[in-house]
Amino acid sequence: MDSLKCYHCGDECGTPPVHFDNKDFCCNGCKTVYEIFSSNDLSYYYDLQTSAGTTPNLVEGKYNFLDDDSIIEKLVEFNDGNLQIINLYIPHIHCSSCIWVLENLNKLHGSVVSSYVDFPKKTVRITFKSQYLSLKELVILLTKIGYEPYISLDDYGKTKKRTDNNLLYKVGVAGFAFGNVMFLSFPEYFQVNGFWIDQYKTLFRWLMFAFSLPVVFYAAQDYFTSAFKGIRSKILNIDVPIALGIIVLFMRSTIEIIFDWGSGFFDSLTGLVFFLLLGKFFQQKTYSFLSFERDYKSYFPIAITRIGKNGKEENAQVYDIKKGDQLLIRNQELIPVDGILISGNAQIDYSFVTGESEPVNLNSGDKVFAGGKQLSGSIEIGVLKTISQSYLTQLWSNSVFQKNKSDNFQTLTDSIGRRFTVAVLSIAILATGFWLFYDSTKALNVFTAVLIIACPCAIALAAPFTLGNLLRIFGKNKFYLKDTTTIEQLAQIDTAIFDKTGTITTSKKSTVSYEGLELTSDEESLLKNTLRASNHPLSRTLYNILQEQDIMTLDDYQEYLGKGIEASKESSHIKIGSASFVGKTLENNLEKTSVHISANNIYKGRFVFQNEYREGVSRIFKSMSKKMDVSILSGDNNGEKSRLELLLPKGTPLFFNQQPEDKLNFIKSLQSQGKKVMMVGDGLNDAGALAQSDVGIAISENVNVFSPACDGIMDASKFKELYKYVLASKKAMKIIKLSFMLSLAYNIAGLYFAVTGQLQPVIAAILMPLSSISVVVFTTGATNIMGRKLK
Amino acid sequence: MSVIYVLLAISIVVAVIFFAAFIVSVKNGQYDDSYTPSVRMLFEDELVKTTTTTKNKKNPTK
Repeated sequence: MDSLKCYHCGDECGTPPVHFDNKDFCCNGCKTVYEIFSSNDLSYYYDLQTSAGTTPNLVEGKYNFLDDDSIIEKLVEFNDGNLQIINLYIPHIHCSSCIWVLENLNKLHGSVVSSYVDFPKKTVRITFKSQYLSLKELVILLTKIGYEPYISLDDYGKTKKRTDNNLLYKVGVAGFAFGNVMFLSFPEYFQVNGFWIDQYKTLFRWLMFAFSLPVVFYAAQDYFTSAFKGIRSKILNIDVPIALGIIVLFMRSTIEIIFDWGSGFFDSLTGLVFFLLLGKFFQQKTYSFLSFERDYKSYFPIAITRIGKNGKEENAQVYDIKKGDQLLIRNQELIPVDGILISGNAQIDYSFVTGESEPVNLNSGDKVFAGGKQLSGSIEIGVLKTISQSYLTQLWSNSVFQKNKSDNFQTLTDSIGRRFTVAVLSIAILATGFWLFYDSTKALNVFTAVLIIACPCAIALAAPFTLGNLLRIFGKNKFYLKDTTTIEQLAQIDTAIFDKTGTITTSKKSTVSYEGLELTSDEESLLKNTLRASNHPLSRTLYNILQEQDIMTLDDYQEYLGKGIEASKESSHIKIGSASFVGKTLENNLEKTSVHISANNIYKGRFVFQNEYREGVSRIFKSMSKKMDVSILSGDNNGEKSRLELLLPKGTPLFFNQQPEDKLNFIKSLQSQGKKVMMVGDGLNDAGALAQSDVGIAISENVNVFSPACDGIMDASKFKELYKYVLASKKAMKIIKLSFMLSLAYNIAGLYFAVTGQLQPVIAAILMPLSSISVVVFTTGATNIMGRKLK
Repeated sequence: MSVIYVLLAISIVVAVIFFAAFIVSVKNGQYDDSYTPSVRMLFEDELVKTTTTTKNKKNPTK
């Protein structure tokens, strides 16, 4: 058969392909896009990447709410009546040709003044003349060329967050001061006395003092506040000895230069702060295209169609919807509030809320819940509750969503820091005591020297560099974690809870089995040809699985939205679809997704679709269950129970019909037993559990699409590696412990000089960077070796 | 007055200039997106070629 690929989107061209401009296209949509590009001289798009487009899929009336001025006002960044600036999130941005097309929007439409793409964030900032081109037209234009912006309730009136550059400034200040102080302290490293140095050393010293001021009072600020907070809540964290070290360094150096006792330790001081801040900077790896803080607002629409008193349709902002309003929900739209069905054929997919993938058919008078997605045609609902009081959204008023998990977590560095601080202080006091007795002039010198040399720079660097590097390695392996604390928490996990649908199963349903009377070859051929014309996902799957048949033209073909399809050829007649559609009364096999067939009004049988489990599910459960408690917590019904029992190790606890609240409480009860729980989930229905768990990981088929608030997002293709990542986190903690030993060795060497009262600035200036650098080299090297094994 | 003062003054002034440049660049948002400009830069040559031909064809309505 022909394997023509569409010039625009790369899909297989149907028969016959659409010919245009000597090129083949799979559909008229792709042809149109090509036409738009080529007539505007933008065909360079295809040089950058072949088959760069995807099929645009515009739902009529979807963007009607963008006609509303008050909604526009909340979305745009700037609006003066003529010009508007908007920042749109376009999940589809994925390659350089996307940047190129979006930045050349002004050629597609003259009223676009400029457009700038932020590739990592997948946003485009468009300036346009609003009197010629409305926001709605702009959005539709983008949708037409395949870059449909994603506008959700989350965008509505949100305060534009500025990226926090504070740390960047601090690193800059510390680096600047460090370089200059090093440069100014060089003369005294090599010449202790002499005419030249005697004449200028006061100048050099005071210049160093001046450079160190911004370092101590600005760049090192965070260490003081953190140490202060720690002491106030009676925790000796690692920042306590650091802050102590910085203060002592600064005081002693200042006193030394005032009384001309020596050149001070400004070089060590600025170097210390600079290295520490570098570590912090390295630890901060953010994935700007991901968000770990999403709630239902990112899924919900901004506005919905309300049917006014006079029967007119109008756009209503979802926050303005009141009890008693009537809403029109179109095909594929999300129901934002709880309500009661008034009219229409409701087939609602509640997978957001419950995880149950099977759509629910409802009759008028039935209750509908917020978060459901209407799948067939339009329905009208009467509102029972406002958005904030709806069943799903109430989950977010749970206190779990207010607290920050990492606040209460004591990191390994902090727990070591406590012992370290105690040890250092006792050594300092002992040494001072000894010298007070022996040679009291040296006592103060020794006391400060101990605190200076013991400043745990290398210890404080070990964790940021190990974990920061591991975070990057995980990121390259499509496992995106929120911060480095998550790795430490991952290493302590002893219980793993998995959601079922979407987490251990794929969203594709490709395992099909047939139950019923055998089909004749005529019927099979008719079935295949009927399916060929349908666009329903189940029809497509079934079509691809069935045997190849000769193509024939149907005499009659009719598709009933949400019910099924009907076709006839000569004397044979076939009906494919739901049980009630083919005239079969339902049995108790409700829980399975199936397509029923009847030929010539005789019921034949059904094709049953089964959830396909992800690759390696069985293996991963086997290896994990040896080391930790594993269980399944599903919002689904127990239709798959027997299959799961076969697949998973014996005795794995399975829980079905779990509501979002139940999942959250389940995790809470495990935690109250002292378990460290990892939750692996995918949908909004897991949001509570993900937030409650110690480590919440969201599995996503496409990481650019939304996932609920969590600590980590994992690409579904890497699911089978999950346990390896847990083990890698455990190894990382070992690396940190080893590097603590390494830096302790340096500290002990330094302490020898300090306790014996012979600490020279040059020794401190050599020891401190040397220990820091060797720790950094050791940790990054070790994690890189470990990372290579992960692939 | 020794030449060392002049040299020190110059060295510090130069350092401060670069430091100021760094602060300004962070303020301007140059560190917000470090990827897109690197791609955008490569388009420039092609753009010149296409813009010369589009001018007469440009249609402000659509």
